[in-house]
Amino acid sequence: MQWDLNSEKPVYLQLVEQIQAGIISGKYRPGDKLPSVREMAAQAMVNPNTMQRAMSELEREGLVYANRTAGRFITSDEELIKQLKKRYISQIISEFLEKMEQLGLNHDEIISLIDEISKNKGI
Amino acid sequence: MSAILECRALTKKFGSVTALNNIDLTLERGKIVGLLGPNGSGKTTLIKLINGLLVPTAGNLYISGMPPGAETKKIVSYLPERTYLPDWLKVSQAIDFFKDFYEDFDVNKAYDMLKRLNLDPNKRLKTLSKGTKEKIQLILVMSRNADLYCLDEPIGGVDPAARDYILNTIITNYNDNATVIISTHLIADIENILDEAIFIKEGSLYLHSTVDDIREKEGKSIDSLFREVFKC
Repeated sequence: MQWDLNSEKPVYLQLVEQIQAGIISGKYRPGDKLPSVREMAAQAMVNPNTMQRAMSELEREGLVYANRTAGRFITSDEELIKQLKKRYISQIISEFLEKMEQLGLNHDEIISLIDEISKNKGI
Repeated sequence: MSAILECRALTKKFGSVTALNNIDLTLERGKIVGLLGPNGSGKTTLIKLINGLLVPTAGNLYISGMPPGAETKKIVSYLPERTYLPDWLKVSQAIDFFKDFYEDFDVNKAYDMLKRLNLDPNKRLKTLSKGTKEKIQLILVMSRNADLYCLDEPIGGVDPAARDYILNTIITNYNDNATVIISTHLIADIENILDEAIFIKEGSLYLHSTVDDIREKEGKSIDSLFREVFKC
C-alpha cells in the first residue's frame, strides 16, 4: 500500500482516510487480516502510537475489528462498507460541486460538462 | 514508573549569555519527541545537560528520577552532533568498543543494521565518507537497549534513502519503555514519526504538545508552524 501523508491534517486522520479508501477500492478485502501496528507504522513511516490511534478510530467505526489472539481484521459487514463507500463518494462530489459553484457554474452547465469530458475520456 | 526526563526551572548560562532559561519539561516513556528550534536556540545545550556534559547554572533535571551521572549514562544513549571515534578504528572495532562500554549493547542488532545498509565492518573509519560515518554512529547508538535516546541532528548528513532507513530504524527499534529525543531542523522529514514536538525559542520553552494536537488546533503541520513561529 502506498501512503501519502503530506497534508496539514492530523496524521492519524490521514491514515484513517487512506485505509478507508483502501477498503472502498477493494485493496483491503472484507475479512482480510491486517499487518501488526508496528509493521504498518514502519511501512507508512509514521509513529506506532499514531497508527494505533488510527486503528482505534477504525475500530470505533466498526470497519476494523480486533481479535485478541489473532490480530486485526477488516470487517466482513458488506453493508457497512457499502455505506462507507456512499459517504466517501458523496463527500468527494460535494467538494467538487462547491468548487464548480465558486467558478460560477450552475447545475445544468456542470452536468453537461461532466457528460462532455467523461465521453472524451471514454469513461 | 517515573517520567524518563524531568526538568525543573532548568537554566544554563555561559558567562553573560543565557543558553537555556527556566525550562520546565516532563517527558513520558514510550514517546518519540522532536526537539525543534533554529540554530543557537539551545537544543544542543539541553541535550548536553541531559548527558551530564554540562552542569546546570540553576534548576534541576532528573533522568528516570536520578540526576545525571554514572547511573544515568547506563540508560541514556547519546548521538552527539560530531563524531568522536578515532579515525584509525575499524567499524568492527568500534562495535567491540561499544560492547565493552555498555552492558545494554546488542552486537547482533549492530551487525544486522550494517548488513542492511551494505556497510563493510572491516573498513577503517577514516576511509568512509562523512555520511557513512554518521550512519555507523547512529547504528552504534541505536543498538543499545537504552531508556532514553538523545539524537542530536541524526539525519543532517545522510542521503534521503538512508534517511528513510534511519527513521525506520528509530520507529522499529524503540520500545514502550524508551523515549527518543531527536533534535533537528529538518522537520518535514521527521514530523510523521513524532509523538510530541518541543519548540525552543531563544533558550525558552515555546511549546510542548503532541503533533496531532498541534495539527488539529492550528490546522497546520509542525513544519508550517515552525516557519511561522521562527520567521526571520
